[in-house]
Amino acid sequence: MQVPANFEYAKATTVEEALALLARHGDEARVVAGGHSLIPMMKLRLAQPEALIDINDVTELSHIRIDGGELCVGALVRHAELLDSAVVGEHFPILHDAERVIADPVVRNRGTVGGSLCQADPSEDLSAAFGALRASAVIRGPYGERTVPLREFHTGPYETVVEPGELLTELRIPIRPGGSSAYVKVERRVGDWPLAAAGAALRLAGGRIAEAGIGLTAVRAEHFVAAEAEEVLRGAVPSEEVFAEAGRVAARHCDPGSDQRGPADYKRHLAGELTTRALRRAYERCPT
Amino acid sequence: MSENGHRGFGRVQRKEDARFIRGKGNYVDDIKLPGMLYGAVLRSPHAHARLVSVDTTAAEAHPQVRAVITGETLAGLNLAWMPTLSGDVQAVLATDKVRFQGQEVAFVVAESHYAARDALELIDVDYEALPPVIDARRALDDDAPVIRDDLEGRTDNHIFDWEAGDASATDRLFDDAEVVLAQDMLYPRVHPAPLETCGMVADMDKVTGKLTVYTTTQAPHAHRTVYALVAGLPEHKIRVVSPDIGGGFGNKVGIYPGYVCAIVGSIVTGRPVKWVEDRSENLMTTSFARDYHMRGEIAATRDGRVRGLRVKVLADHGAFNGTAQPTKFPAGFFHVFTGSYDIEAAHCEVTGVYTNKAPGGVAYACSFRITEAVYLVERMMDILADELGIDPAELRLRNLLRAEQFPYSTATGWEYDSGDYPRTLRKAMEIAGYDELRAEQAERRARGDGPLMGIGVSFFTEAVGAGPRKHMDILGLGMADGAELRVHPTGKAVLRISVQTQGQGHETTFAQIVAHELGIPVDDVEVVHGDTDQTPFGLGTYGSRSTPVSGAATAVVARKVRERARIVAGAMLEAAPEDLEWTPGRWAVRGDPSSGATMQEIAMAAHGTLELPAGVEGQLDATTVYNPPNLTYPFGAYIAVVDVDPGTGKVAVRRFVAVDDCGVRINPMIVEGQVHGGLADGVGMALMQVMAFDEDGNHLGASFMDYLLPTAMECPSWELGETVTPSPHHPLGAKGVGESATVGSPAAIVNAVVDALSPYGVRHADMPLTPANVWRVIQGRPFRTDLAIP
Amino acid sequence: MNITVTVNGQTYTRDIEPRLLLVHFLRDELDLTGTHWGCDTSNCGACVVWLDGVPVKSCTVLAVMAAGKEVRTVEGLERDGELDPVQRGFTECHGLQCGFCTPGMLMTSRWLLDHNPDPSEAEIREAVSGQICRCTGYENIVRSVRWAAEHSARDTEEVAR
Repeated sequence: MQVPANFEYAKATTVEEALALLARHGDEARVVAGGHSLIPMMKLRLAQPEALIDINDVTELSHIRIDGGELCVGALVRHAELLDSAVVGEHFPILHDAERVIADPVVRNRGTVGGSLCQADPSEDLSAAFGALRASAVIRGPYGERTVPLREFHTGPYETVVEPGELLTELRIPIRPGGSSAYVKVERRVGDWPLAAAGAALRLAGGRIAEAGIGLTAVRAEHFVAAEAEEVLRGAVPSEEVFAEAGRVAARHCDPGSDQRGPADYKRHLAGELTTRALRRAYERCPT
Repeated sequence: MSENGHRGFGRVQRKEDARFIRGKGNYVDDIKLPGMLYGAVLRSPHAHARLVSVDTTAAEAHPQVRAVITGETLAGLNLAWMPTLSGDVQAVLATDKVRFQGQEVAFVVAESHYAARDALELIDVDYEALPPVIDARRALDDDAPVIRDDLEGRTDNHIFDWEAGDASATDRLFDDAEVVLAQDMLYPRVHPAPLETCGMVADMDKVTGKLTVYTTTQAPHAHRTVYALVAGLPEHKIRVVSPDIGGGFGNKVGIYPGYVCAIVGSIVTGRPVKWVEDRSENLMTTSFARDYHMRGEIAATRDGRVRGLRVKVLADHGAFNGTAQPTKFPAGFFHVFTGSYDIEAAHCEVTGVYTNKAPGGVAYACSFRITEAVYLVERMMDILADELGIDPAELRLRNLLRAEQFPYSTATGWEYDSGDYPRTLRKAMEIAGYDELRAEQAERRARGDGPLMGIGVSFFTEAVGAGPRKHMDILGLGMADGAELRVHPTGKAVLRISVQTQGQGHETTFAQIVAHELGIPVDDVEVVHGDTDQTPFGLGTYGSRSTPVSGAATAVVARKVRERARIVAGAMLEAAPEDLEWTPGRWAVRGDPSSGATMQEIAMAAHGTLELPAGVEGQLDATTVYNPPNLTYPFGAYIAVVDVDPGTGKVAVRRFVAVDDCGVRINPMIVEGQVHGGLADGVGMALMQVMAFDEDGNHLGASFMDYLLPTAMECPSWELGETVTPSPHHPLGAKGVGESATVGSPAAIVNAVVDALSPYGVRHADMPLTPANVWRVIQGRPFRTDLAIP
Repeated sequence: MNITVTVNGQTYTRDIEPRLLLVHFLRDELDLTGTHWGCDTSNCGACVVWLDGVPVKSCTVLAVMAAGKEVRTVEGLERDGELDPVQRGFTECHGLQCGFCTPGMLMTSRWLLDHNPDPSEAEIREAVSGQICRCTGYENIVRSVRWAAEHSARDTEEVAR
């Protein structure tokens, strides 16, 4: 079996402690929670951090609660916990859709929301789902706390705005009445990374689309969203035609590459097809 | 348990389960010997490169490292190369070049597994990259780099040409045929991927000179002989133990360089050495399967009478010709490609080539290339049905072999033993509700919305139980298997067999055979296997040969015991043996059932003071060697129903009906389990499993993230049926079943998907039918599934 | 570093490297070889054990992460010499062949039944969807878990009596 190289290990039980440990170990330290992205990379020796800061016992980051009109999800919430949460499902069915197709049930018991977002894999699902929802990320560092819109969170493949010495602590999603959401993914097999996936969030007012969010993953959409397609929807009367048009625009504005999951043209097609399907499902779920 | 008293065939629960459900199995990696060291292999990142230098200084300086072995070390021992099972040679550790990505370059032995892995990073290898041959179709080009320049006088990558059937008769038939159709198709490279990887604990006792290896092998005796030949060790000083094996599927037939390294490591250090490959090593370097580029041609009459088949195959054998085929058959049993049909003339040509890929080529429940053969003919049948506008099931019914045609001699030289093929297909159609399915499909097509529904039929004939020793051998070892049966004084029996279970339940099934023959409880029979010091010689478990060969040996040896018991019973009952009559478990004087003796009483008497007739030695024990007179030919009819989402290309297998005829079923529960597993393999190969390579020879399926295996979600609830046509030449009428479903099912699924896509004018699509592949096929722009997706 | 872990109710203290994977801690340090491994990438599920009552893939958990926590493995399914209903179910329904995936399958199945005592076929399939079986085609695994659902622990005790 592949095994990691040696490293120093420290366990934090509070955010303060985690930040202090990060400060002490410097740039070559990595935060580990579920570890389901990092540890396989370490086994392959593609990642060789000098130190791991284990935040699995930082229980203050395990919350799911509503606060100030926002759903607040701690960074240490496990995928399975997000999937099991009734309050999450009530307000944001897109997150349940997405979680149901992230990895597999046992991995979901361990992997965390914050870990997935910070790993920033270009095929990661929650980036698209939270992006569609216009969530924001709360980041704590030695000099305090800052909030970053999720649409500005990723700076490139496997790169985020979280600086060395900082910790993602929470995701916040504004709760607005009159809408719903959905997530649709195509993978080669259950548990696989997506060939492409699309998330849609709609808010209706007066028979028109007041607000639309579209997230895309695995197709190199900028910031995991389809901003141009959202423009098509804003103010429009929801219809099959307008959802199809949004799909076409989303497909046009992403930039997928070919790999063994599929060729670029197919992924581009999926970006459109799945955008349309996600919009359709989100619309069907909207309160009438 | 109620099964305690079971005395023969039937749904007996497995004896081996008791340890497995408690986590008390004993697999190779569970073995821990005192003083044991751990090995790890350094592998080439290049597919083709000259080895300039290997610097092991830093690794040797690692405080926990006990030895670093290189090709140079082995060359000093004359062990740098080893014979393959096909008469070629394969590098144990590279000395001149590396010829596939993942090839073995050095071997580290250290105090711990973790330290051995660390030390790999300290070995500095200088490579000079060479252009690789990746696409088999370019391997014979004039300007193709020569891979095997180690072989004297070699100027190209050609391995063999082989043919079967009557070329001129076939050509004549094609020239006159009313309908001739051709199709290129690829059976891509796949890997059996048993859940347990391959490994070994090698323990050389320098005092006794005895080498004991605990290893993942499906063929312990064959391995022992090969180690004797490779290492020059005396064969009686080698003991091969195959403990519990976590699945084999052919992957554990071959001998891999890591095994030889572990043995050398133990010899060099004087301590036991464990080496267990990781998953990437398993996928990248051990026996792959298939990789057949085929062109099929079928000749028929307009009314759907199939007359001839012609096939040309380009076989990618990788960098070393390492397939485990009988010597006379470099393409295995591919010439069974006329399948289940009455065909006048057929001819095939197979050309084997070297490429810069891992060696191997027979593994994976393929029964010696029969999987490829069945796939080819079953695809051709569907293509013909499409051309003629005849329902594919109906076309098969018109051409399938009928009961009265058996034994049937095929155009390529096989003698099928028994069958009634139309009955089996009709049974499958009945279970599936075939006509209703076609009606539903027509209705859905007319409606024009929702997923595309496809129905796929396949029919297969397997040829298993290799084999008659005058025709079939591996490295010159005839494919016959021994059995020994010992009956203790109290009537309890110990059976020793040469074959090795990897999950097939031999400890149960073989005990059932003895129980059936001797009329004693199944629980009174212990089966010993997987240890060459404890069992008679034989070639092991692969090609569905356990029941056909070793099961026959077991029946024969049990009958010998029964006949000895008859003589003893005669002495006990003071009657002539020929006047005795057998009822299960008991010999009695004919016409006087009350005058009998049970097997237990006879066993005690045989060991006691009873005076026996002259020439009878006492005791009941017997041995035998079974040389099969012919192969056995299990067959079956499979029907798959799929739904294809045209917007995404996703395929869902909605239903799968499998009617298998494997002759007499010793333990129907185990038979059904074997079928279930093979059907899942069919789903895997048809829909997701593939090993593709990019132009540099990088392996694109080197972990379970990229080499996808089916989960419970992709598999439907299998619907099984059976017909029973006993084999006329097997002592129990059994035929073998381990590989049937793997052989027969991929074609059913591909046929179903192609059927679903037929409104788009699709007539063929290569496996695996991934969403991207299906979508591209719908667009009329398929890609090569064996290369990097462009 | 020194860690103390409770495994199947018994407490063990060992001095280990932080990089030691939980699966190796169980197999090599504690000789609990019932937990297997089949890949390096957390895809196969042969290594599933419970960590504080939740199934995890122990090839992707560091042993240090289990410090102070409770681990349950296949060796801890049998209680007071009584097989767990899932163990009996797998035997009754031929839910295993080579036995290599079985410990992981059993651990996930036990957890499923603890949280959903009457799962549908679809729920069972989803529960084990992160675990590969190469032998059974999953059919008999599903049946085995259903068997266990239908024969609760109490029934098992009654049968045993």
